[in-house]
Amino acid sequence: MELIKVWDIPGGVHPPENKHQSMVEPLGQIEIPPQLILPVSQHIGAPAKPIVEVGQKVLGGEVVAEADGVFSANVHASTSGTVAAIVEHVVPHPSGMRDTCVIIDTDGKDEWVALEPWEDYTQRDHDDVVKRIRDCGIAGLGGAGFPAAVKLNPRSNHTIDTLIINGTECEPYITADDMLMRERADEIVAGTQILARLLHDPERVIIGIEDNKPEAIERVRKAAEGTNILVVSFPTKYPSGGEKQLIQILTGREVPSGQIPATIGVVCQNVGTTAAVYRALRYGEPLVKRITTVVGEALEQQRNIEVLLGTPVHYVLDKHGFNEKKASRLVMGGPMMGFALPDTSVPVVKTTNCLLAPSKKELPPPEPAMACIRCGMCAEACPAELLPQQLFWYAQAEDLEKLETHNLFDCIECGACSYVCPSHIPLVQYYRAAKGEIRQHRIDKEKSDRSRRRFEFRQERIAKEEAEKEAKRLARKKAAEEAKKKLAEQKAAAPADAKPAPAEDADKQLAKLERLLASAQERLKKAEQPLTDDATDEQREKQAASIKQAELKVSEAQKKLNEFKASNIAKTSENKPASDDPVAAAIERAKAKQTMAPEEKLRASIESLQKRLEKAEQKAADAEADKPDMVDALKQGVAKLKEKIASAEKELAELAPAKSSASKEDKTSSTPDAAQAAIERAKAKMSMSPEEKLRSTLESLYKRLEKAEQKAADAKAEGSDKAEALQQGVDKLKEKIASTQQELDEVKPSTVAEETPQDPATSDAASLAIEKAKAKAAAMATMSASDKLRNQVDSLEARLEKSRAKLAKAEQENDDNVDAFRSAVTKLEDKLAATREQLAEHE
Amino acid sequence: MALKRITSPHTHRALGTGAVMRNVVFATLPGLVVLTYFFGLGTLHNVLLASIAAMGFEAAVMKLRGRPVWFYLRDCSALVTGVLLGLALPPYCPWWLVVLGSAVAIILAKQLYGGMGFNPFNPAMVAYVVLLISFPLQMSQWAAPQDIGGQTPGIVEALKQIWLGSPIDGYTAATPLDTVKQNSSLMLDALYLQDPVLSAGQFAGAGWEWANVAFLLGGLYLLYRRIFTWHAPVAMLASLSLMAALFYDGGSSQSGGSVLFHLFSGATMLGAFFIVTDPVSSAVSTRGRLIYGAAIGVLIYVIRIWGNYPDGVAFAVLLLNFAAPFIDYYTLPRTYGHKKSERATRKVDQ
Ligand code: SF4
Ligand code: SF4
Repeated sequence: MELIKVWDIPGGVHPPENKHQSMVEPLGQIEIPPQLILPVSQHIGAPAKPIVEVGQKVLGGEVVAEADGVFSANVHASTSGTVAAIVEHVVPHPSGMRDTCVIIDTDGKDEWVALEPWEDYTQRDHDDVVKRIRDCGIAGLGGAGFPAAVKLNPRSNHTIDTLIINGTECEPYITADDMLMRERADEIVAGTQILARLLHDPERVIIGIEDNKPEAIERVRKAAEGTNILVVSFPTKYPSGGEKQLIQILTGREVPSGQIPATIGVVCQNVGTTAAVYRALRYGEPLVKRITTVVGEALEQQRNIEVLLGTPVHYVLDKHGFNEKKASRLVMGGPMMGFALPDTSVPVVKTTNCLLAPSKKELPPPEPAMACIRCGMCAEACPAELLPQQLFWYAQAEDLEKLETHNLFDCIECGACSYVCPSHIPLVQYYRAAKGEIRQHRIDKEKSDRSRRRFEFRQERIAKEEAEKEAKRLARKKAAEEAKKKLAEQKAAAPADAKPAPAEDADKQLAKLERLLASAQERLKKAEQPLTDDATDEQREKQAASIKQAELKVSEAQKKLNEFKASNIAKTSENKPASDDPVAAAIERAKAKQTMAPEEKLRASIESLQKRLEKAEQKAADAEADKPDMVDALKQGVAKLKEKIASAEKELAELAPAKSSASKEDKTSSTPDAAQAAIERAKAKMSMSPEEKLRSTLESLYKRLEKAEQKAADAKAEGSDKAEALQQGVDKLKEKIASTQQELDEVKPSTVAEETPQDPATSDAASLAIEKAKAKAAAMATMSASDKLRNQVDSLEARLEKSRAKLAKAEQENDDNVDAFRSAVTKLEDKLAATREQLAEHE
Repeated sequence: MALKRITSPHTHRALGTGAVMRNVVFATLPGLVVLTYFFGLGTLHNVLLASIAAMGFEAAVMKLRGRPVWFYLRDCSALVTGVLLGLALPPYCPWWLVVLGSAVAIILAKQLYGGMGFNPFNPAMVAYVVLLISFPLQMSQWAAPQDIGGQTPGIVEALKQIWLGSPIDGYTAATPLDTVKQNSSLMLDALYLQDPVLSAGQFAGAGWEWANVAFLLGGLYLLYRRIFTWHAPVAMLASLSLMAALFYDGGSSQSGGSVLFHLFSGATMLGAFFIVTDPVSSAVSTRGRLIYGAAIGVLIYVIRIWGNYPDGVAFAVLLLNFAAPFIDYYTLPRTYGHKKSERATRKVDQ
C-alpha cells in the first residue's frame, strides 16, 4: 500500500475521549415512534417546500417536502402514517428556534413506496447519479449537513485532484461513524467509489481515520483492498476532523480564507454520507435514518442506535432510561461543538450524530469566568492560529474592525480555546456573538450605502425636475398675470370668478393634510402592535412612550386638518362638495359657473354657504360634546362662514341694481375663458397629480427621515434610552419611503407612457394606476417582509417586460419618447436588481 | 421539559487560573530556599510580609469595589505579586518598604488599571522601580552571603532591624554586579580573586549563582507543566548571552563580565522565568514573545553596563511592557488559509 505523508496541524487539544461507553453494545434499533417530526430545513441552505396535506396518508420513503433549489434537500417520510399537521415546531438549533415541520402520526405498518434499485449503478451516467442523490435527500451527515449533491458538481474551473472521506470523528463521546465503519465498511468503500467516479476519478482518494479507532481502520482497509482508495490513519487530536484541518493533515494544503475546499482541488465528504450515497444508488433508498450515539451517565443504557429521522429526542431518551434529575444538560452533538438542547421534543435530524446526556459529575456546569490573564494557552490550542485572547479582548470592547484584522472569520468555533482557558471564559460564545454583530453591521452598511446612492440619484433628478417645473411655473405665472389683468377689468362685475385657483391650491393642501393624518394614524397603529411575550419591561415602556407620541401626532394632524377645512371653507366662496374626487368636482363647478350669471352665482353661493354654515354649526355642537380641542377651530369656521355670507349678500345687493349696466359682452367673452383655464388646469392636474402628490410626499418624508436620523444619532451619542425608539422611527420612515417610492415608480411609467397621446383615456389610466397602487399598498400591509419583496420582484419583472416592449415599439417607430422609455427601463432594471438583492439578504 | 442552555464547549480542562498561579508560587520555592540559606531570614521575611500585605490590599480594594473578595483572592494573582516583590527586595529592608511596595503593586499598578488581566505593567516591577527611585539607599543594601566568613543575622537581630530600624553591623556587601560595574582598574581575573563575594563563588558570586540556578530549576518546572511557553525566557537569555559575549572583551578591566556571569547573577533567572513570563503584561503571539524577550535581554545588558543602576531587569521589563501592544500589532500569527501574517493595523473594508 502506498504511504502518504501525514501533516501536523497547529494547536489542538486532547480532551478525554470517552468513546468506550457507547461501543460496548452492538448497534441497536428502537421501535417506530408514534409520531415523527420532520423539519423542512435540516441544514444550511434553503428549506424544502411541504407538498403533502394534513390528513394525507403517506408511505415510507415518500417525499413530504420538496427541495427548493440547489441548496436544498428533499425530506422523506421515514415510515408510513398520516400527516397530522404542518406546523411550527421547535427544531434542533442552538437558539431553540421554531421552524416548519411536517408531523406524521405513524401507523406502525412501515409500508413503503416502491423503491427502484439499480443493479448497474456503476454504469449510470453522471447526471442520473447526481439526480438520484439529490432526489434521495442525501445531505452531509457530519457537520453542517450541506446537500451532498452540491459538492459533486464542482465548478468547471476547479479541478478536483483529491477526494477525502472523513472518518475522523474527533469529538469525544461520539462513535456513530466508528460504528458505521465497523459495521458497513463495504458500503463506505462502494460509496467512495461512486463519489470518485462522479468527480472524474481524482488522483488521490483517501479515507482518513484517527488512530484511536483501530478496529474501524482494520475493517475499512480490508474492504478497500484492491481499490485505489488509501485508508490513512493519523494521530488523535481534536479538532482533526474539522474539514479544513483534515485537508491540512492529509494534503498539507490550506483552504484559502473565505473559500471552499474545491478551490484547492479537494472535495471532502463524511463516511456516513458516503454510505448513504451508496444505498441511495444501489437500492434507491432515501435518507430516512441514521446511526446516532446515545451516551452519557444520565442514561441507563449507552450505545449506538439506528434511528428514524424525525424521531423525537424524548422518545429516544426514554428508551435508554434517561434520568432527568441526574443530567446536567442535554447536548446534541459532542461536548466540544454540540449545542445544548432547549427542549426534548426536538426531533433527530440528518445531522444528529450524538445525543449526549451527561451527569452533573461528568460535565459539571461551567465555572464562573474570571479575568483573562493573557496566558496564551488559547493561542497555543487554536488550530486556526488565531489569537483567541486578542479576539476576546476586542469582542468585549466591541471593536469590530480589530476583530476583522485579527481574522475572526477564520475561527471555526471548535472550542479548543475555551477548553483550555484557565479562566473558564466562554470564548466561543463571544466569537459567535461578534460574528453575528459584524454580519449585521455589514448588512446595515450596505443597505445604507445603497439607499444613500439612491437618495443622491433621486436628489439629482428632483433638482432637475424642480428646474423644469420652475420654468413652467414662470410661464404659467405670466399667463396668469395676463389673465388676471383681464379679470381685474371685470372684477367689479364678477368678483367671484377669480376664485377657482385658490380652491385648487386648497385642494392640494387638504390632500397633504389628509395624508399627514393618515400617516400619523398608520404610525399609531404600528406603535400599538402588541409586543411579543418575551419583551422586556424597558421595551414595554418604550412602546408606551411611542404610542403616546403617535397619538399626539394623530390628534395634531386631525386638528390641523380640521382647522384647515374650516378656514378653507370660509375662504372659498364656492360650494365645495365633500366629493372624493375634488378635481372632477372642480371641473363641474367651473362648468356650472360658466353658464351662470353673476347674480345667480352669488345666490347659489349664498345658498351653499348657508348650507355649510348649518353643517358647520352642527359639527361645532357635536365637537363640543366629544372633541373639545376642535371646538375652537370649528367655531372659528362658523364665524367666518357667517361673515362670508354677509359679504356675499352685500355683493348681491350691490349687483342687483347695477345688473343692467354690467357689460354683457365682456362677461361672455372672458368669463368662459377663466373657467376654461380652470378646467384645463384641473385636467392637467388629473393626469399629473398622483405622481406629483407622491413626489411631494416623498420629499417631505425624506426631510423627516433626515431629521429623524439626526435625532436618533444624537440620542445614540448621548446614550439616551430613547435611541432605540428613535431608531425604530427612522426604520419605519425608511420603509414608508421605500413604499412611496415604489408607488411613485408604479405610477410613473404609466404616466410616461400615456402622457404623449392626449386621448381621453388619460384620466382613466391615471386613476387606474392610483387604484392599483392603493390595492397594492393595502395588500402589502398584510404581507411579511420577504413576501413583499418577492411580490415587488414579480411586479417589477412584469413591469420591466412591459416597459421593454414599449421601448422596442418606440424604437421601431422612432418615437420622440424613446429616451424616456429607455431611462424607465434602466431604472426598472436597477430597481429589480436592488430588490432581488434585498430579497436574497432577507432569506 | 425545559433544559439549561449552555454553549459549547461543554467540557473544560481541569487547569484553572488559581492552579496556574499556585504553580508559579510553588516554582519559586527552590529560589527562596537558596536565598534564605545564603542570605538569612531576610528574604523569607520579605516574601511572607509582601504576600500578606498584597493579599490584604487586594481584599480591601475588592471590598471597596463591591466585589466578592474570596472569589478574587482565590485566583492567587495577588499572592504571586507579593511573592515576586518579596524575592526582589533586599533582605532586612525596613518593613514599611515592603508594605509600601505591596500597596504600589496592588493598588497603583494593578487595581487602578482595572484589576487582574488589565494591568499593562508588571505590578511587582512597578513597585520595585518606584521604591528604587524613591528610597535608593534602603534599596541598595544587599546582605553578604554567608560563605564569605561572616554569619547571617540571627532572627532577633533581623526582626529588630526590620521592625525597629536598629541597624545590624556590617551585614551588607557589594553585589557581584556592583563590583564588576565599579571596577575600572583590575583585569577580571584579578577582580575575581580580590573581591570576597566573587572569590567565594565559582563564576557569578557566592550565593547569587546558586539562587539563579534554583530559579532556573523552578522555571524549567513551569515549562514542563506548560504554564507558559519557552519563547520569551529563552529569547531573553539568548540575547543577554549574546550581548555579554559581544562585550566580554577578553576579561579586561573594561569588560562587562562573562556570559555565565550575566546569566547567573543579579535577577537574571528570576526575571527570565517569573517576570518576563508574566502573561498579562507581555506580548501575546509566539513571534511577539520572541521579540519581547529578546529586547528585554538586550536592555538588561545595556542598563547593567552603561546605565546608572546595577541591575536592569525591572527597567527593561517595564520598558517592554510599554512596547508590548505595539509588538502585538505587527506580529500576528499567520492564520490558517492566509498567505501571510497580517498586521493588526491594516484596514478592513466592512
Ligand atoms: S486561555 Fe483564557 S486566560 Fe489564557 S489568554 Fe486565553 S482567554 Fe486569556
Ligand atoms: S474556537 Fe476559534 S479561536 Fe477558538 S480555538 Fe477554535 S478556531 Fe481558534
